[in-house]
Amino acid sequence: MSTLSERILGGPAGTYVDRAVDRAFAHDGTGVLAMEAYRQMGNPKPARPETVSIIYDHIAPANTSQTATLQNELREFAAEKGFALTDVGGGICHQLMSEGRVLPGEVVVGADSHSCTTGAFGAFSTGVGATDMAAIWAEGSTWFRVPETISVNLTGCLPAWCEPKDIVLTVTGTIGMDGGTYRALEYTGDGADALSMAGRLTLSNMAVECGAKAGLFYADKTTQEYLARYGHSVERQEPEEGTYCRELSVDLADAEPVLSVPHRVDTVAPVTDYAGTPLDQVFVGTCTNGRYEDLERFARIVRGQQVACRTIVVPASRAIMQQAAETGILAEIIAAGCIVGPPGCGPCLGMHMGVLGEGETALSTANRNFKNRMGIGAEYYLGSVATAAASALKGEITSPEGAI
Amino acid sequence: MTLSGHAVCIGADIDTDLVIAGRYLRTKDTSVWAEHVFEDLDPTLAPRLKGAVIVAGNNMGCGSSREQAPVAIREAGAIAVIAPSFARIFFRNAINVGLPVIECDSLVCGEGSTVTISLEEGWVEANGVRHPIRPLSGRMQEILAAGGLVPYWRNR
Repeated sequence: MSTLSERILGGPAGTYVDRAVDRAFAHDGTGVLAMEAYRQMGNPKPARPETVSIIYDHIAPANTSQTATLQNELREFAAEKGFALTDVGGGICHQLMSEGRVLPGEVVVGADSHSCTTGAFGAFSTGVGATDMAAIWAEGSTWFRVPETISVNLTGCLPAWCEPKDIVLTVTGTIGMDGGTYRALEYTGDGADALSMAGRLTLSNMAVECGAKAGLFYADKTTQEYLARYGHSVERQEPEEGTYCRELSVDLADAEPVLSVPHRVDTVAPVTDYAGTPLDQVFVGTCTNGRYEDLERFARIVRGQQVACRTIVVPASRAIMQQAAETGILAEIIAAGCIVGPPGCGPCLGMHMGVLGEGETALSTANRNFKNRMGIGAEYYLGSVATAAASALKGEITSPEGAI
Repeated sequence: MTLSGHAVCIGADIDTDLVIAGRYLRTKDTSVWAEHVFEDLDPTLAPRLKGAVIVAGNNMGCGSSREQAPVAIREAGAIAVIAPSFARIFFRNAINVGLPVIECDSLVCGEGSTVTISLEEGWVEANGVRHPIRPLSGRMQEILAAGGLVPYWRNR
């Protein structure tokens, strides 16, 4: 009788376990640091190079010669070590890992805090730092403290104008930025069963925003159907009675469009409280909400109209961009006056294109609104794709309720 | 190991963007990180970190997995960070880069107070009062004693 984290890690909450790592990945930012640490460790032979991916997403394509030079160095290192490299334009590491590279029951570590995203498949996925990643490359395993688990039971159905993003912002507001520290979140209930894989990935992605080390869903029919598209046949995971340190229940029918208000992710308020706030920029994308389902929803709202402020749309991966091109929604997004960026993290981390200026206000579908993150002296709100679309059309914060 | 330094007090929920902003991450030069550490929180903080024990509130180091955050603190000369709770990736990164991080629920001290820490005996002391700390695992103490995960790994 255990939680999903306890089953995958193989020990009761609170104990330390050593576990082989099934998938390990780093990006152009943390990969460079991990490479440095690896060399300082004496450049050993990697234990299981076939499990390692390097994915360029943070500053992709490079913005300066300095960045490009570091990226070249990491390219050569990856080739030398036999690591799989997904170069500039492939997409965000968490999205690419979710395109058939992570399976239920696996232990997955990424050198990025949002590596908890692929917990949506029933894997134990978590973020580590660069030096930890270097040691994992060398050893093929690492230690974990098995987390206590917060159970989040989802019931009911979302209203048409609400999204899983509204749920995860509401849950983050309830738990608080440190309420999940050292713990895992486990999403269950008929509301969880009814969520699409894109929606589950959004919920798992933001587990770290309340400090949690993982955010998990049990693999079910939706998981099986999703992974079958990538040629994987997987078993379902059946929930058992576990011991939880906290239990929350959320009725999706009660959802309302919400925002995270600058500069804390857990300061969550109804969109209507801020309606009319002028916006300089809207950003749709990131590992939270740059999936096809998100772009399709955005296109459906802006179709045939013009955005009223600078609006940047960044597909989370090349596959998503290609699908959006093939179905015509990309053309609709461009025709509505949006800027479409290359697959990757885009302006989310404030390191290149799309960064905000001093005094500017933005609405973003990303996962963090920390002070100065997306531009020094700027403020930005986090919200759903529908809220972003309705707000882009008016150039001010707008509830999507009337737009859908 | 016993450590002693002057307290530099910062608040709760200090995220890694506030420790070292993304705009300073485009380099491997650790002195750049040290120079700009905590700049967006308080630009006067960095020069006061030499020999300091940082006393933070809950959830210290939340946010990104960027290891530059504990490196910047270490390179600026701080000898330890004490908080009631840490974000877990920051906590693990700090141990891995050889920066002692100490969980203590009860420490109350003012800016500039002398803070003494015994990792082995599991206490911190300030203003003549001793407070228990949550013990680190044997492996964590070994990593810290080696100066971080890289030297620990090389020594094995």
